[in-house]
Amino acid sequence: MIEAFLGALTPFNLTLALAGVVVGTVIGALPGLSATMAVAVLVPFTFTMDPASGLIALGAVYTGAIYGGAYAAILVNTPGTPAAIATSLDGFPMAKRGDGDLAVTISCFASAFGGIVGALALLFVAPPLATIALKFGPVEYFWLAIFGLSLIAVLSKGNTLKGLIGGFFGLLLSTIGSAVVGGDVRYTFGEPALLGGIHIIPALIGLYCVPVLLGMVADRAPHIERAKTGGGTRIPEALRTLWRSKLNLIRSSVVGTIVGILPAAGGAVAGLVAYSEARRTSPDRARFGKGAPDGVVASESANSATVGGGFVPTLVLGIPGTPPDAIILGALMVQGIRVGPQLFAEQGDLVQTFTFGLLIATLLMIPTGLIIGRTAFRTISSIPKSTLAPVIGVLIMIGAYAVEQNPNHVTMMVVLGALAWAAARWGFEPSPIVLGLILGPIAEQGFVQAWLIGTASGDLWGQYFGRPISLGIIFFTILTLTWPWWSDRRARQKALRERAET
Amino acid sequence: MTITRRTALLGGALAAALAAPVAAQSFPERPITYVIPFNPGGESDVTARFQQPFMEAILGQSVVIQSRPGAGGATAWAQLNSLEADGHTIMNTIVPHTILQPAMKDVGYQTDQIENVYFFHYTPDAILVPADSPFETLADLIAFATDNPGALTMGGSGTNTANHLASVIFGDLTGATVTYVPFSGSAPAMTAVLGGQIGGAMSYTTQAVKAGDQVRALAVATEDRVPALPDVPTFRELGIDHVGGAYRGVAVPAGTPDAVKQQLSDVIGQVNADPDFQRMMTEAGYQVVDIPLADIPAFIEERRAAYATAIARMGGS
Repeated sequence: MIEAFLGALTPFNLTLALAGVVVGTVIGALPGLSATMAVAVLVPFTFTMDPASGLIALGAVYTGAIYGGAYAAILVNTPGTPAAIATSLDGFPMAKRGDGDLAVTISCFASAFGGIVGALALLFVAPPLATIALKFGPVEYFWLAIFGLSLIAVLSKGNTLKGLIGGFFGLLLSTIGSAVVGGDVRYTFGEPALLGGIHIIPALIGLYCVPVLLGMVADRAPHIERAKTGGGTRIPEALRTLWRSKLNLIRSSVVGTIVGILPAAGGAVAGLVAYSEARRTSPDRARFGKGAPDGVVASESANSATVGGGFVPTLVLGIPGTPPDAIILGALMVQGIRVGPQLFAEQGDLVQTFTFGLLIATLLMIPTGLIIGRTAFRTISSIPKSTLAPVIGVLIMIGAYAVEQNPNHVTMMVVLGALAWAAARWGFEPSPIVLGLILGPIAEQGFVQAWLIGTASGDLWGQYFGRPISLGIIFFTILTLTWPWWSDRRARQKALRERAET
Repeated sequence: MTITRRTALLGGALAAALAAPVAAQSFPERPITYVIPFNPGGESDVTARFQQPFMEAILGQSVVIQSRPGAGGATAWAQLNSLEADGHTIMNTIVPHTILQPAMKDVGYQTDQIENVYFFHYTPDAILVPADSPFETLADLIAFATDNPGALTMGGSGTNTANHLASVIFGDLTGATVTYVPFSGSAPAMTAVLGGQIGGAMSYTTQAVKAGDQVRALAVATEDRVPALPDVPTFRELGIDHVGGAYRGVAVPAGTPDAVKQQLSDVIGQVNADPDFQRMMTEAGYQVVDIPLADIPAFIEERRAAYATAIARMGGS
């Protein structure tokens, strides 16, 4: 293990880790450019390197990009990557009131912590952890998606009915195209461009970024407040905040690691699940959505932990844990590396060197993140909106097009954006729509697959309600949905008792 | 901008002319864009990257791989003929996908509109079960699926796809009735197999190689045994006449000059003949085949006939 550690410490590998983190952070920070894209663009450069260095470079880019997504989410309210959706919920309100610098610093430390937890899991307990991915069958994914959808109640900020309408609209959008199960062509209106369905990245950009952009143009007030304290990094304050929410930090990192291990879930789900748990268990629930640092902590530590978590099934089983992992897996195959159980047995050194590289990259993220974050904050809070708006406008066009080099995606992005902007005027939030769009296919496929498997085995009921992990997820779903009601009732009773006593 | 770009291209062409005598002709005069209709990391992407250095050496130009995924490849194939038809843009294609998709629904292209120049390998169909499965042989599996119709679940990538087609053909040939469970790709289907969520999968040899000891391949759809899986019998050895899988090829936009098509076909054939390339492909479980430009029409007709019954059963035309 020491040798592997020293292997990761060569000047070349250190340079790669640093360069990877910087490049990844910048790409992730640009609205519309996602972690998957950052990794895809850089894969060809790694073919000339030895496998360990190539992996370190890709891992560093990936880590950086997931973290970089936080800047756009906090400072512009446009999640740069799907993983940063939950970050924007409290990050932007913080920036709005002048705490953008604090939010960026908190997100940097929280990301680094989450990233380290994920990488340590990969280093020490990868093979046993990988079995979690196997325990999750179709029905578990179905229930996980339902649990995710219960977050609509959390995300709809006051108006649950409108949240539900948005959520259902998102689910409806997710059915467009040719269905994975059944092969039916749905709601394409004879348009071949819609056969592939609504791609999540252009939809995300449209639903989040376009209304923000239009709002920027329509509204005279500055986009975010300048720093109250002169635009430092507010490190001591950030560390105090993290210390106060250490439980949240650890729980969210563990949630992120586990969700990262599940193929088909990914950073967006991790961030949202951790956010919802943080909100549920917080004594200060009402502050969530209005700029609670705890929300940023939960989302950022969880989505960064998915990086290490996602590598667990990728390297142990040969099954990509997240979309960027799929690309890295392909790159490994081109290098002639066979992933899977034999990788740990035959090339354990390679895995360890890579994991140390990932750890080092995560640590390097702290200084680079703080510097880039401060620059980003100062830039965005000081440049006039007349400059900021067109720059973002160009970036989101590029982002929507570049994800699959598909001009139709730009149209999709603009149409959904206009729709979201109009809907916002009637009080509809974009988050429930996005949630429906992301979770719809997971829920649908899981449900139908479970139905087919249950019917084949002759125990349909047991398939849905007879499996321990499923029951656990159902329990948490019910808990999340009923918790506000329970805690309100407790608070009322307490108030009544106190009044009776006095 | 234009001047610098032109100068750069000129420089590139000059360097290429010096580097490779083949490039003395007008094609290729600039880098080739190789469009892959699937996500990076998939079989189409990986095999294209295997080809890339060999093609670059022969052509004397760089080959740029660009992925344009969507709708199981249909998004890119529907766009193929609107791309520049001078040989500098080529696209990866797959049979049965390009036969199956237009037969099942309106996908924006027709099978015959795709001008393939070469099919260079296939990933043979393979039936995989978890390592701890009670089925030791294909006969065990067929016996169970015949006695208990529908009780055995077999995963695969999507409905109306190559895996689905293969499972229908398998049922037709053996009389076994399995419940086909579609997943959103090969990887999720394999996850479900490894976790024992489903009884097995209709997949490819490449997936069996990747999963190693975690799965048992019961049969592969090749003529001779696959070198990477020497212990696994072929369907034919077991008395089932099934050879096939996903044949990957290279197509050009309609209107590309015949001479250029022939040249591209020759280049890919040359890559296929390289022992280093063959070794990379074989080790990963791919089966190299040579179907050059002249043999394409006959190959497509032969495949169309082989799939006809199953496609009709799946409700296609």
